[in-house]
Amino acid sequence: MRKIAIRSAIAACALAVAGAAVAESPDDGLQQQANAAMKGKTVAYVPIAMGFDLTEAWAAGMRLDAAALGYKLTIRDPNWSVDNGAQAISQLISEKPDVLVVHPPEIQAYTRLLQQAAAAGIPVITMNLKSEANGDIYIGADWYDIGVKQAEAMVKACGKDAGKNGQVAVMQGVLTNPTSQFGIQAVQDTFKKHPEMKIVSNQAADWDASKAHAITATVLKANPDLCGIIGFWDNMDVGTAAAVKEAGKTGQIALITSGGGNQASACDNVANGNFSTYISYDAKGQARDLMMAVRSVLQQKPANPGEKAIGLYTPLRTISKDTLYNGACWNLDDVKKYGP
Amino acid sequence: MSALASLGGVWPRKFNQERIVVVITCGLVVLFSLWLPSFRTASNLIALVQNVSILGILGVAMALTIIARGIDLSIVANMAVSVAWVLQLSNHGVDLPIAIAAGFALAVGIGLINGLVIAYLEIPAIFATLAMASAAYGFVRAFLLQDNLVYLKAAEGTWFKWVGSGQIFGVPSPVIALVVVAFFAFLALRFTVPGRFLYAMGDNPAAARTAGTPMRPMIVLQYGCAAAISFVAGVVMATAVDSMETRVARSNLVYDIILVVVIGGIGLSGGKGSVRNVLVGTMLIGVLLNGMTIMDVPYTLQNIVKSFILLAAIIVDAAMNPRDEQTSQQGDI
Repeated sequence: MRKIAIRSAIAACALAVAGAAVAESPDDGLQQQANAAMKGKTVAYVPIAMGFDLTEAWAAGMRLDAAALGYKLTIRDPNWSVDNGAQAISQLISEKPDVLVVHPPEIQAYTRLLQQAAAAGIPVITMNLKSEANGDIYIGADWYDIGVKQAEAMVKACGKDAGKNGQVAVMQGVLTNPTSQFGIQAVQDTFKKHPEMKIVSNQAADWDASKAHAITATVLKANPDLCGIIGFWDNMDVGTAAAVKEAGKTGQIALITSGGGNQASACDNVANGNFSTYISYDAKGQARDLMMAVRSVLQQKPANPGEKAIGLYTPLRTISKDTLYNGACWNLDDVKKYGP
Repeated sequence: MSALASLGGVWPRKFNQERIVVVITCGLVVLFSLWLPSFRTASNLIALVQNVSILGILGVAMALTIIARGIDLSIVANMAVSVAWVLQLSNHGVDLPIAIAAGFALAVGIGLINGLVIAYLEIPAIFATLAMASAAYGFVRAFLLQDNLVYLKAAEGTWFKWVGSGQIFGVPSPVIALVVVAFFAFLALRFTVPGRFLYAMGDNPAAARTAGTPMRPMIVLQYGCAAAISFVAGVVMATAVDSMETRVARSNLVYDIILVVVIGGIGLSGGKGSVRNVLVGTMLIGVLLNGMTIMDVPYTLQNIVKSFILLAAIIVDAAMNPRDEQTSQQGDI
C-alpha cells in the first residue's frame, strides 16, 4: 500500500515535470534567444513629466513589456523641470542602463547629455519632440508636416475658395519647443502660397489652457472677423476652445489643433465641435513603436551608440467630424490597463 | 535701501502707490483706447477683467497673508491639487457635492497645516509655505491623483461648470466670483475684529501680542482663509477651461500674484493696504496684458515688460514702505 502511494507520487511528479516541459514553447529558433537577450536588462525613461496622456501611454507599453519579458524599467519623472531632467539623465549615465528613453522638453536642453550617454555606450531613444540630439532612434511626429497639414486644413476652411477672409490666429506653446520651432515655420511657408491667408495674432501660452483661454478671449475681441485659430497642442487648446465657445463662435471659427489622439482631449472635442480638425500623432501607436524599438535595441545594441540615428516618424491621422471613425482615438485608462 | 527710505520721507503724502498705479492704469486705458480701436469696446473691457479675475481672486488670498506680515507661496499648488482631485473624484462617479466638499477640506487642511507650522513651530512663512507647496503637490500627486491633467467630464452641464463659464446679464461668472470674493474679504478686513487683528499683527507683531491679539490662532485662521479663497480660484479656473492641469503649481503664477499685490500698494512689510489695492494692481496687469495681446506683442517681450514693472513696483514699495527697524524680525521679507 505504501509502495503504491510512493510510486503514484513519483508518477505524479514525473507528470508534473512533463507538463511543465510541455507548457514551455518549443524552440522555434529565435524566440528563446530573443527573450533571453532582453531578460534582466534595464530600461530607463525620462519623460518631460508623467501624468499626462502621451507620457503615460508610452510608459504603459514599456511596463507591459517589462513584466512580460523580465526587463527592469526605471522611470525618473522630472515633472516639467528641465533641470531635474538633466540631473536624472546624468545620474542615469553613471548607472548605465541598457537603453535610455528620453522625451526632450526643448530642442537644445539635453544635447550635451545625450552625447555623453552615447560616449558612455548607452543607446538612446528620443521620443516625439525632435531635438538637436537624436540619439540612436527618434520615434515621433514630423512637426513641420503637422504644421503643413494644419495650415492646409486652415486654407481649406478660411481661404478664398471657402469664401472667407483668411484671418488666422496662432496659439503656440513654449517657444523653445520643436513644435513651435518647426510648426510656425510650416504654417508661414504654407500660407505664402496662399496670399489671402494672414496671421493676425501670433501668441504663446506655455501649454497652459488657462493662459490660452485668456489670450483667445482678447484675440477674438480684437479681431471680430477672425476666421480660424491654429493651436499647437490639444491639452492647451481646450482653453482656446472654451474661449471660442464663450464668445458664442463654436462652429464659426475653425479651430485646428494637434495632439496624441487621446479620446478625452481629441475625439470628444471633435465630436462636440470644439475642434474642427485635429492632427493626431497617435500616442498609442507611438507607445507600440517604442515597445518594439526597446525590444530591438535590447536584443541588438548599436555597435557605436550615437553614431547613426534611425528616424521612425509617426504616421499622422487627420481627424474631423467626417473622419471620426470608431477607434480614431484611444482611451488612456484602457491603455494603462491593457497596454497599447 | 537707506537712500530709498530717505526718499520715502520726502515723498508727497498724497502720492501713495495706489494712486500712482491708478493714474498709470487710467493713462494706459486712454492711450490704448486712442490707439487700438478694438480695445475700447465694452466687450473687450469685460473680457479684460475676466482674464485677470482668477489672478485677482488669488491676489485677495495673498493679500490676507501679506497684510499680516506673512506670505503664502503654496496657494497655487494648493488650488491645483485640490481642484484636480474634485474633478477626478467626480469623474470616478463620486457625487459632485461630496467631491467638492472633499476638495475643499483638502485645500483648507493644507492651509491649516501651513498656519500651524508658522504659528506654533515658528517657521518663517516664506519657507514654510514654499516647502508646503512642494509637499502638498507631491503628496496629492502620489496618493490621490492618477494624472497631472484632469478633464472636467462628469460635471459637464451642472451648476459647477457654470462657476467659471456662466454669465449673468452679460457679465462673465469669473468676474462675479472676483467681485464676491473681494467684497467679503473687504468686509472681513474692514469691519470684523479678526480683520483688524491682521493689520495689527502686520504693523507691529510685538505690540499686537502685548495688546492681547491671539497671534497663533489668528495665523492659523489667516492661512486657512487664504487656502479657502484659492480653492475658489481653482474652481473658477478649472470650470473655465474644462480641465485642471496641476503643472500650474510649478508655473510663475505665484509670482504674478505677488506682483499684483505689491503693485497695488500692499507693502511686503505688512500692516498696510486693503482689497482695493489688489483690485488696482490686478487691473493694471489686466490692461497691460490685454493691450499687448491686441498689439500682438511677442511673448518674450511681454514677459520683459511684466518683470520690469514688478521691479519698479518693488523699488517704489521699498521707498514708500521702508522696513521698520523697530519691529522687523527674522524671516520678514
